[in-house]
Amino acid sequence: MLIGLCGFAALVVVVVIAEVIYQVISGASPSISRFGLPFVWHSAWKPNLFIFGAGEMLAATLITSFMALALATPLGIAIGLFLSMLAPSWVRTLVGPLVEMLAAIPSVILGLWGVIVLAPFVQKHFEPFLHGAFGFLPIFGAQQTTGLSVFTAGLVLTIMVVPIIASLSRDLFLAVPRDLQDGAAALGATRWEVIRGVILPTTTSGVIAAALLGLGRALGEAVAVAEVIGGGSTLHGSVFAPGTTAASRIIDEIESLDNRLHLASLFYLALILLVLGVLTNLIAQAIARRLGGEQTMLVR
Amino acid sequence: MSAPSDPSALPADDAPEGSAPDPAAPLTATGNLRRRAAVSRVLQGAATAAALLAVALFSLVVYEVAKEGLSVISFGFLTTDPNLVNLGTGGIAPAIVGSIIIVAIATAIAMPLGVLVAIFLTEYAGRRSGRVVRMALDLMNGLPTVVVALMIYGLIVLGTHEESGYAASLALAIIMLPLIARSSHQVLLLVPGTLREAADALGVSRWQAVVGVILPSALGGIVTATILAAARAAGESAPLVILDSLIIGNTVHLNPLHGMATMPLTIFNDLALGVPAAIKQAWGTAFVLMALILAANVGARIFLARNRSRLGL
Repeated sequence: MLIGLCGFAALVVVVVIAEVIYQVISGASPSISRFGLPFVWHSAWKPNLFIFGAGEMLAATLITSFMALALATPLGIAIGLFLSMLAPSWVRTLVGPLVEMLAAIPSVILGLWGVIVLAPFVQKHFEPFLHGAFGFLPIFGAQQTTGLSVFTAGLVLTIMVVPIIASLSRDLFLAVPRDLQDGAAALGATRWEVIRGVILPTTTSGVIAAALLGLGRALGEAVAVAEVIGGGSTLHGSVFAPGTTAASRIIDEIESLDNRLHLASLFYLALILLVLGVLTNLIAQAIARRLGGEQTMLVR
Repeated sequence: MSAPSDPSALPADDAPEGSAPDPAAPLTATGNLRRRAAVSRVLQGAATAAALLAVALFSLVVYEVAKEGLSVISFGFLTTDPNLVNLGTGGIAPAIVGSIIIVAIATAIAMPLGVLVAIFLTEYAGRRSGRVVRMALDLMNGLPTVVVALMIYGLIVLGTHEESGYAASLALAIIMLPLIARSSHQVLLLVPGTLREAADALGVSRWQAVVGVILPSALGGIVTATILAAARAAGESAPLVILDSLIIGNTVHLNPLHGMATMPLTIFNDLALGVPAAIKQAWGTAFVLMALILAANVGARIFLARNRSRLGL
């Protein structure tokens, strides 16, 4: 009897995955048959004129996510190294949970903080500095009035992704055999050389997988981004201008639908997010499995 | 560890402090060793700074929510209905009750399923089916929450034409399920094999061994996993924005078939309103929500630590 129940539960998991895929595709099908694949790169989004395209939103999604990834990966690895190698054990037991609890802060609260505290700070301090130093690059354009921007959204995503990469990479570093580290130290390696020569090479695949999982989280984050990105309709050249990502568009417009095609197009956006999410997840799993062996267990 | 401003100005120390015991260290540091030690120290300092930054960010957010929230919180704020005329003002009682009910339903669905899946993986799954189910769990865990929410939207809201609490519960259950299943799976794997063998030796059947021996010894870990997953679900907002609405949620009611106010949704709508009174309500709500979630996290950690030491793990 128990085996039946357990088998049923396992079946539910598989069915739910299939149902998610089915529902999203069938919800998107009017939009798919109307616009086809070019939906992905066409950039006009005019619900009242029945014109939809995901191009600008996907660009914003990729910019914010990769910005978060670029900032969070080194930070997360550094924190993982600190927690696994450098910190004394009492610091470890104190700081480790704090870093993990950073991930427990609800995204809607992080978004609220982002709008009220972070955005004005970014607008006052980061934007003038970056514009002044790198203003010759069009992406660091003139500052805006509110600080609600693609850049701020990337920062908020960074805060959400750092704890994921940090705790995963800490677990990976802790699993590196002590013998290898001692051997390197006995050969005269400094602590950094042990890290560079032993720790990082043996965990590369796992760390890449952890970064990909963080990327997956950033790609799909909706509410915090919807709050801080400012909801601009067009993609300006500058990261200091407001924008809209695929996920934040769904949040912004699901309650104010113009027509059936509008809803279908939101489902199409979700379908793209689903594909991106599944892809990053599968690649992360494949990397962890192929190169890692033992590490597969550790990477969630 | 502070970064030395000029590596060459360092005194020649033959035992770089902070590194692992180094019996083979040369008696006098050459310039090269000094440089290497300096590089090591700078990078260790950078790693420490990164950890400090994360702690500082956490403290900043918590401090801001506490500062702004505590100035709003009162007994009345927690126990009265929101003002229907002046949106964004009044109490948040319906949101607290709604959040609890929606998360409770989601937990009631996700916990049994999650534990059963975990038992399936440890006790019954063959190599092939185990791999399929584990992979499905990983995929489920990686699903963006908006996608889960839209799936339920297509499944339920489009059919009933009403946004409702139980639709949100279903979406939250899907988000919780892989978290509970994975953690329970890991806890079940930790149950000592000797317990299993002892049960087998007594001649009890597999399901009796599971229910009588294996589950009880893994209970602590399973409860911890469930609390953490529920805390995560309580703060989840995308499914609530998409599937739930405040339209019928302005007074306390217990019927999840209608829209229910919830704390994340209140914060989101207040921020969208943007007026100062609404922002105040948002901070107050954020404080209550965050206090609950952090308390659940701390509690689960302490419970797990105590449980671990009792089991001698």
